Amino acid sequence: MLEIRNLHATINGKEILKGIDLTINDGEIHAVMGTNGAGKSTLSNVIVGNPAYQVTQGEIVFNGMNLLEMNTEERANAGIFLSFQQPVEIPGVSMTNFMRAAVNARYKALGREQLSAGDFLKLMREKRKLVELDSKLTGRSVNEGFSGGEKKRNEIFQMAMLEPDFCILDETDSGLDVDALRIVAEGFNKLRRPDTSAIVITHYRRLLDYLKPDIVHVLIDGRIIKTGGPELALEIDEKGFADYTAL
Amino acid sequence: MEDVAREFVNKDYEYGFHTDVHTEIIAKGLDENVVRLISEKKGEPEWLLEFRLDAFRYWQTQEPPSWAHLDMPEIDYQDISYYADPTSGKKDGKDGAKEIDPELMKTFDKLGIPLEERMALAGVAVDAVMDSVSVKTTFQEKLRENGIIFCSISEAVRNHPDLVRKYLGSVVPYRDNYFAALNSAVFSDGSFVYIPKGVRCPMELSTYFRINAMGTGQFERTLIICDDDAYVSYLEGCTAPMRDENQLHAAIVEIVVMDRAEVKYSTVQNWYPGDKDGKGGVLNLVTKRGHLRGVDSRLSWTQVETGSAITWKYPSCILSGDGAQAEFYSVAVTNNRQQADTGTKMIHIGKNTKSTIISKGISAGKSQNSYRGLVKVAADADGARNYSSCDSLLLGSTCGAHTFPYMDIHNDTAIVEHEATTSKISEEQLFYCRQRGISTEDAVSLIVNGYAKDVINKLPMEFAVEAQKLLGVSLEGSVG
Repeated sequence: MLEIRNLHATINGKEILKGIDLTINDGEIHAVMGTNGAGKSTLSNVIVGNPAYQVTQGEIVFNGMNLLEMNTEERANAGIFLSFQQPVEIPGVSMTNFMRAAVNARYKALGREQLSAGDFLKLMREKRKLVELDSKLTGRSVNEGFSGGEKKRNEIFQMAMLEPDFCILDETDSGLDVDALRIVAEGFNKLRRPDTSAIVITHYRRLLDYLKPDIVHVLIDGRIIKTGGPELALEIDEKGFADYTAL
Repeated sequence: MEDVAREFVNKDYEYGFHTDVHTEIIAKGLDENVVRLISEKKGEPEWLLEFRLDAFRYWQTQEPPSWAHLDMPEIDYQDISYYADPTSGKKDGKDGAKEIDPELMKTFDKLGIPLEERMALAGVAVDAVMDSVSVKTTFQEKLRENGIIFCSISEAVRNHPDLVRKYLGSVVPYRDNYFAALNSAVFSDGSFVYIPKGVRCPMELSTYFRINAMGTGQFERTLIICDDDAYVSYLEGCTAPMRDENQLHAAIVEIVVMDRAEVKYSTVQNWYPGDKDGKGGVLNLVTKRGHLRGVDSRLSWTQVETGSAITWKYPSCILSGDGAQAEFYSVAVTNNRQQADTGTKMIHIGKNTKSTIISKGISAGKSQNSYRGLVKVAADADGARNYSSCDSLLLGSTCGAHTFPYMDIHNDTAIVEHEATTSKISEEQLFYCRQRGISTEDAVSLIVNGYAKDVINKLPMEFAVEAQKLLGVSLEGSVG
């Protein structure tokens, strides 16, 4: 699915990623844990092609495609989805129009026929229920006036609409109360197909209890310094990152 | 790289072609003889020639205005031809009317304005004006069944001289301003509309203005009279070929609204804006004004301004009738080197009059976009109300947005509110859209249309769709 080799990346000239190697196979969920500023969000931004970041070395191959030669929307339409840590508000653009444009673009890339307005609204209704997103919210402008938890649910709702092959959940658990966390995580589990892969970025074990990662990585100072099974998440939850940051 | 960029910018303006049609153009230059010649060509009565000459003599004493926030090129009025007739190549037909050159019909087809009635947009009657002459007005017969007059102003002068004489210059006198005086002296064609008492016009009326000939100016003159209890919705569209020189379009639109009558006037202005370096483009210097004479009369101006190198335009309302209500909805887009100084004047004279101003400016590239508005409440205008909201949206950091609201209030009971905001399309917003698979161009179009939807929604539906597309196209290449 996704293969990252010796990835170095900078923002505003400052090197954040200092040689990442990561292989994610079909159907695997990888957790990336680490301290603030370790480069977790940079990693997700670089994978999806945020133009604010520069890749200085290395490569990313996604299902045989060289991602670094593709622009942001091409990567998205190839099936890569980022659930944003802080989803931005877009005043004046209704969720419906926004999703319509996104779904049209994705369907076009998949060679599927465009949905009629009626079918599209029906799909919106179905997927909304999956993450228990209030119908009032899909009538509003994108993320405008949404609470923190509603924004995160809205991210998972968009994932449901776009049916990506590979998802990055960037601190989806931050700002969520226990119930909201459960709804979001269960929504994600319902959505994923057997071959859907994901990177889950988090500080805490809570989300991982629901998502059950196959592999856990510890990212410190731009490098993956330890990789293990689910037990690694438990260990970090107990002891924190002190053992690693002292290295 | 430069060439690719230029091609891209030019490609955006898809109406930039020229029609090769025999056109009679009078020699360049402006003096009394030219004014007389135009009047003679149109076979006008003496009183109209006198009107033109008075205007011309007044114009000669005036200086062009300099108060707008515009960097206006100097216009050499002697280097312009004031009359171009693209219908001159054809002999008069049997019934006295000129046959229409098929090339002209094709041109309007290409612009999406078919002049064959059977091909036309359902429910829209069109007056098609190219350069100085109205080529054809559709559905005239059908409208006449309701007593509605819809024709070119030249035809109205011939067939309805009393109405024209009564109202021409009654809303915008030639002394109003420099360009109004010029227009009054040399105006060529435009539309005339009369809706009789109690008639609700069953179709949208529309005029399509096209500049074609080179080195000419277009001096549109439109007069709309909506009698007691009548209603009409009117739409104006405009395009021009791409040329390296500036072209002058100096228009006057006058609207008279009687008791309980209602007029909706919509403009989708897409004159050639010049290339990305600011070469060429139409100078759009326009005086539009409505006089709400009647009690409870209503007038709304809706404009979507995407074209022109320079726009100088303030569609205004004089609210004389008690209970009159006026609205101004505007979206003005400027990109590259375009400049717009546009807004409205709301003059409250009658009691309990109400006006609403919603202005949305969108600036990109190295353009300058200004809102300029006046709200005036006269001493006797008890209970006058105005609400103004002026928003600016910036794309990038090299453009400018400016707001110049003026208020002149002489009555203590008036309630006048003004709100203004400035916002920017952020990199984060674009990135978010692109991560969802939406291209930058589509994302800008989505955001801009969302921002402008309060105004776009006021347009008749067929044109709202066109306007939405136009907003996206006008801003292509402005981000990224």
